[in-house]
Amino acid sequence: MENLRLLLDEPLLSLQLLLDGVLIGFVFALPALGMALVWGVMGLINVVQGELVMLGGYVAFFLFRAGVHPLFGVPAAALCLFVLGWALYRAVVFRIVERDLFISILATFGLSILLQQLANLLFGANLRTVESGFGTLSLCGGAISVYTVKLISCALALATAGALMLFLKSSRRGQAIRASAQNARAARVIGVDIDRVYAWTFALNAAVCGAAGALVAMIWVVHPYLGLPYTIRSFMIVIAAGLGNMAGVLIAALGVGVAENFAGFVLGAEYQSAFVFALLVAFLVARSRWLARHRRYLA
Amino acid sequence: MSRIACGAAWGGASLAAAVAPLLLPTWQTQLAFLWVMIVFALTWDVLGGQAGYNSFGNVVFFGVGMYACAVVQRDSGLGYFQGLFAGTACGAALAVVAAAILGAGLLGLRGHYFAIGTLGVGIAAGELAAGWDFIGAGGGMVPPPFPGGLGGRERFFCYLCLSIAALTVALLRWLYAGRFGLALNAIRDDEDKAEAMGLYTTRYKITAWCVAAFLLGLTGGVFGNLAGFIDPREVAFAGSTFGVWMVLMAILGGKGTLLGPIIGAVIFHVTKELFWTYLLGWQRVALGLLVVLIVVFFPTGILGWARARWPERFA
Repeated sequence: MENLRLLLDEPLLSLQLLLDGVLIGFVFALPALGMALVWGVMGLINVVQGELVMLGGYVAFFLFRAGVHPLFGVPAAALCLFVLGWALYRAVVFRIVERDLFISILATFGLSILLQQLANLLFGANLRTVESGFGTLSLCGGAISVYTVKLISCALALATAGALMLFLKSSRRGQAIRASAQNARAARVIGVDIDRVYAWTFALNAAVCGAAGALVAMIWVVHPYLGLPYTIRSFMIVIAAGLGNMAGVLIAALGVGVAENFAGFVLGAEYQSAFVFALLVAFLVARSRWLARHRRYLA
Repeated sequence: MSRIACGAAWGGASLAAAVAPLLLPTWQTQLAFLWVMIVFALTWDVLGGQAGYNSFGNVVFFGVGMYACAVVQRDSGLGYFQGLFAGTACGAALAVVAAAILGAGLLGLRGHYFAIGTLGVGIAAGELAAGWDFIGAGGGMVPPPFPGGLGGRERFFCYLCLSIAALTVALLRWLYAGRFGLALNAIRDDEDKAEAMGLYTTRYKITAWCVAAFLLGLTGGVFGNLAGFIDPREVAFAGSTFGVWMVLMAILGGKGTLLGPIIGAVIFHVTKELFWTYLLGWQRVALGLLVVLIVVFFPTGILGWARARWPERFA
């Protein structure tokens, strides 16, 4: 509670937390965009999401250790994860796409355990980070400081999201993906290869998550078990925004980023992921209450 | 299977379970773990199989029961056995309360929202427990030592776990045979229709979760004493081991049946004990792989497969 009083006494501190929250919100938006894409196109709730972020972080870390500048880690992680996403689709995901939602949730849950434990075994449980070497920027005469790396990651996250949107909007493949999202059967009738579209969708999602992971490695640390909170956050953001509402995803992600940053400060960092889960439960409950009220209006 | 053969099989199995600890005294702890596994699989199946609601957070009730029992044993000042029984009762009650509160929120949601909603609950609970000094925080708790002689402890816990497993089987068999089981199956098959038929589906789901929580809470209290040490993340709220095993065992044996989870638990536990040590640290990877393989290629489980193979025997 001391932190809360500190927060009330220092208005600039709130501004600092708000700014930080918005910046990390952009990073949270990437896996959420990917989840919305996979959910919307393939009808699949992808529980592996967070593990893809984690693996992207490891790609960035190993490249950094090999002496590559951290900024190149972002496209490299996206590329590696694109390939991995494609492989995952060809190995497992295509078998569960058109099955019921329970099977897909359970199967991707199994995949997430598999990847997480594999990472633990191959990379070790140590915390790893990418030293970006960027300094901090001071605003308002030193009262507010912003890590430059957060600004850069925010810009990179926006660029990645923009590239994804552009791809979906204007490329031939992107149009096929959007057509399949609207009506898979009709798309098949007019000659879209649905299987290929799904493979592209899943791989693109993995690539976006990989880019997010590289940013996570630059801002914070990576470890094998960081995945689940990202999955939960993405899910929360997507249902807050509503499926198919990409601008909403971005706004919801910023909201989650800010909320989490304030909660992390008030409650202490060790409860941050507990807060994420609690927020999800609270959010789901509020949403079902809200929907129930609407249903009563209809009746 | 005819009624008599079925009864004979159940009777034979119970008899074998009752005399096994006497015949194989060195295996008593193993057997106790086996009974716990059977409870895990059966209680997961109440919502997961019968009602079609996958829960990834059932391990919470296990942990709640375990901690509640240990706290009662520590603070009540009762003797060992009185403390253990009071503790497990408290643990079960608290687990039911937890299930009712969580369920009131989460079970109004449809299947996949519920599944994701429960995904983080176990981990959040583990984190909270690891930060709460009253229950030992990250250092965990140690239940009081068993007062009897050396051999008595294993036998006591073996029979205690067996009785919980037997209670679970009997309770669920009774519940599934009646209106309650039918309601759960109706929810699994088509929840909208079930609701339109006048079932208060949310109430049934919450009750089902409370039943599972009650049994898990009991088991948790006993398991804390059996294990002799309570760690918040590795024993009580062990989402990545117990939490996954529950799901795996129930699906392996055949979800939505009474016998399936038992078969799954026995097979999983035996293979786990036989092969786990040869995997040299790859156990948890193998676990994830197993979940994927079973869910993708074998979703109906052993019993479902047998039912498709020999439909006349299940008529």
